[in-house]
Amino acid sequence: MRPMNEGSLSGEIYEEYAVLSVDDLSRLCAVDRTYIVELVEEGVLEAIEVRAPEWRFPGAALRRARTALRLQRDLEINLPGVALALELMEELERLRRELRMGRQ
Amino acid sequence: MEFKDYYKVMGVARDATEAQIKQAYRKLARKYHPDVSKEKDAEARFKEVGEAYEVLKSAEKRAAYDQLGKGPRPGEDFRPPPDWNSGFEFSGAGPGGNADYSDFFESLFGGAGGGRRSRRDPHDARGEDHHAKVLLDLEATLQGGSRTLTLRIPEIDEQGRLVSKERVLNVQVPKGILPGQTIRLAGQGSSGGAQGAAGDLYIEVEFQPHPLYRVDGRDLYLDLPVAPWEAALGASVKTPTPSGTVDLKIPAGSRQGTKLRLKSRGIPASTAGDFYVVLQIALAPATDDKAKSAYVALSEAIPFNPRAALGV
Repeated sequence: MRPMNEGSLSGEIYEEYAVLSVDDLSRLCAVDRTYIVELVEEGVLEAIEVRAPEWRFPGAALRRARTALRLQRDLEINLPGVALALELMEELERLRRELRMGRQ
Repeated sequence: MEFKDYYKVMGVARDATEAQIKQAYRKLARKYHPDVSKEKDAEARFKEVGEAYEVLKSAEKRAAYDQLGKGPRPGEDFRPPPDWNSGFEFSGAGPGGNADYSDFFESLFGGAGGGRRSRRDPHDARGEDHHAKVLLDLEATLQGGSRTLTLRIPEIDEQGRLVSKERVLNVQVPKGILPGQTIRLAGQGSSGGAQGAAGDLYIEVEFQPHPLYRVDGRDLYLDLPVAPWEAALGASVKTPTPSGTVDLKIPAGSRQGTKLRLKSRGIPASTAGDFYVVLQIALAPATDDKAKSAYVALSEAIPFNPRAALGV
């Protein structure tokens, strides 16, 4: 077992350097790569360059894919439902932010 | 150990039908799902509801659980009778996946062993990645610096049970990290097989609400109260900013909600965010005669109808 208190660790901001392939995402989310492809087809994930011979995703795709996976598994909603939920959640987040900024 | 009333957790009657239980679960799961919910204890509630559903949705487990319900009252100290579940066969594997269950649950239905975690190929298997979420103070991203983080890491113990361990880490927070972004610590996940690399630790960051500043992307906002004469005549007022107090020049003729921008004093980056000061005109109270006569003099000196736009 590893010691419970360790020296100082440092890491970079993942979203700023990571570029992920379909295989990376499938490994990181522990799902089949067809699931990642489905997320792209549903518009939940967007490749950096759609026409590239192999899709590459920004680091932020990891969090999005994991959220989609959790929603689908925990709430038993299908992919179009997940996509809709994510879009509505983003819209809600944007409105909350505007409210906080006290936009007049 | 405390007895848990799963019917109460789900908000259903003890004679609820399967359909009613499922319906209640769906509703609560949507309400408390940690990705969706803004409730403070969403994650704990979500787990509790999941555990209750795990028991009540299965006819065998529910029947076994109901047997117990005749014993101690909720909240009372609880110890399962030694042979309590004989005669019930639990179909399906134990609780699956990543949930961690209460001691109460585990004393009845066993731990979460088995399932997909049991693969531990001795040789070149790569260790599992861990994911955690932490709340940071805004100063951490403004200045960077080291923070002590306490993470709850699920682990499999020698008996194959899923237990949750506390892990204390000292992490250098990268300057300029934003809410929703992740710090990846390579090799800090589960250890792998003999030849396999350790997994990584992904720490997702959120900010604690700051007492003064609001965050919008990389920009920060501060509500700054000013007196009516400061707004009308212009003034130089002391203003807190992340890099210390500054003297801010309020232009004459400022209005309620006027936004003043201090460039690049927001969250740092190659193009740093800005710092916005939003003026809030605060009314001086007219409590004594001197103040009252000053207001009267003002009303006589300035013909001003604040309701002109309302047509009255």
